[in-house]
Amino acid sequence: MNWSSPVTHHVLLVVFGVLGISSLIGLILSKRATTDAGRATVANLNARTNSWWVMVLVIFSALALGSIGTTIIFALVSFLALREFLTVTPTRSADHAALFVSFFMVLPYQFWLVHTQWYGMFVIMIPVYAFVLIPMLATLGGDVTDFLERSARTQWGLMVCVYFISHIPMLMSLKVEPLRMGPAGPVLFLIAVTQGSDVFQYVWGKLCGKRPIVPKLSPKKTVEGFVGGVLTASVVGACMFRLTPFNPWQAGLVALLLCITGFFGGLVMSAIKRARGIKDWGTLIEGHGGMMDRIDSLCFSAPVYFHVLRYFFAKD
Amino acid sequence: MAGWLTTLRHPIDYRMLRPLAVTLTRLITGANATWVNCEPRADRVRVYFANHGSHLDFATLWAALPGDVRDKTRPVAARDYWGRTRLSRATINVFNGLLIAREGITRRDNPIEQMAEAMRAGHSLILFPEGTRSRDGVIGEFKAGLYHLASKVPDAELVPVYLQNLNRILPKGHLLPIPLISSVVFGAPMLMEAGERKHDFLARAKQSVMNLMAHTPGTSTPQSS
Repeated sequence: MNWSSPVTHHVLLVVFGVLGISSLIGLILSKRATTDAGRATVANLNARTNSWWVMVLVIFSALALGSIGTTIIFALVSFLALREFLTVTPTRSADHAALFVSFFMVLPYQFWLVHTQWYGMFVIMIPVYAFVLIPMLATLGGDVTDFLERSARTQWGLMVCVYFISHIPMLMSLKVEPLRMGPAGPVLFLIAVTQGSDVFQYVWGKLCGKRPIVPKLSPKKTVEGFVGGVLTASVVGACMFRLTPFNPWQAGLVALLLCITGFFGGLVMSAIKRARGIKDWGTLIEGHGGMMDRIDSLCFSAPVYFHVLRYFFAKD
Repeated sequence: MAGWLTTLRHPIDYRMLRPLAVTLTRLITGANATWVNCEPRADRVRVYFANHGSHLDFATLWAALPGDVRDKTRPVAARDYWGRTRLSRATINVFNGLLIAREGITRRDNPIEQMAEAMRAGHSLILFPEGTRSRDGVIGEFKAGLYHLASKVPDAELVPVYLQNLNRILPKGHLLPIPLISSVVFGAPMLMEAGERKHDFLARAKQSVMNLMAHTPGTSTPQSS
């Protein structure tokens, strides 16, 4: 992160300013709430704000530590996400070797590849080698019950939680210019737009949400929330163009793409959850459920964003 | 002779490893405890009976208890398995385990009597009525031990416990655990009814463990939105 750039100063000012104001509003509301229902809503809001403090501090310390710090933090995020994903999707004892290899070999190796910036291996290691290896190990378990489903679950876990998430720290290896804030800029843009889209959709949905989009998957996602949230986040994205190599128009369009892929990422993860009859992936973050509940929209937007940047804006 | 050498001649007190064992177990299994219609009580003699699918079961259940309850609770383990080597005996000692015979039971070497004796001394017990580890989360038929113990110590509370995912973290026949998240669900204590037949009692006990499956964390229940 380039500390001397005015862009960095503005980002820090805005992020911590917004968080500070949110905490202040939460404090005032908690004193004013009179009914039990009101108190519960405010308590949930404050739990969310506090979680945001933790997440923002984690992300900024990672970015401040540069490429290595970001890689390590997202390797941990990936580990926690994979843990939740595979906990929820049932496997059998015959998958033990495949799961062990996924956690302790595939995951560390993928983030090692991010660190060494060996792009060719980074893009094929999980889709090709791990894809082949997982069912191979599963056959040795000698159990045919739900064989395809079991293999697919492990492969999906690796793709969504490890492969897709590893694209976030890999952004720092892209040679794109100009980056006023340094390599942290594009990472921050991705996280801010995707997470911002979730928050704005939630707010717009609360304000004027009526028609649910896919009630069976996610009853709280409404057409009004979607349109309002996506447009707001895209405009905010356009305003953040100085974090990226984009001009304002490009930033707005890329932000729109991130919002849409992020929305469907969240919907897909929600479908997986509901098929298993659960509400949250875990209990890691107070008010937010598990790690997967927090990063579900990033899973799909991160790889798409990475390749847009690489194809249209990177130098080599 | 120096004092410290003489202390080494005594058998090592494995109890000092207990806090470490608790931390390590919680770290590996990520277990969180849920109490459904049941409260942890240190002043009651209880038999915690659970489904069995992993070597981690007794350690996880034991580590999920609050400290004061845990101090009075002993996992029951098979002597023919856990008594074989010095290492396995030491492991069982760390967890304050009670070794009993599964086979070759005589009047002098009677596991029910040993368990009842531990309970009369004020200890609660952790018991796996299936007798052995099952595979892939299937809960097998309960053996009669729980019935005989309940008849012998009628005032003890029988607490059903459901252990989720431990059979996936460390399945039977595997050496290394994988880092999934497990959970321990404690259910309402049950008592043997007057004149209840062995078969009925054991079926009811098994059902009470299975009923707890619906209370594992994250499961959507009608009351939560």
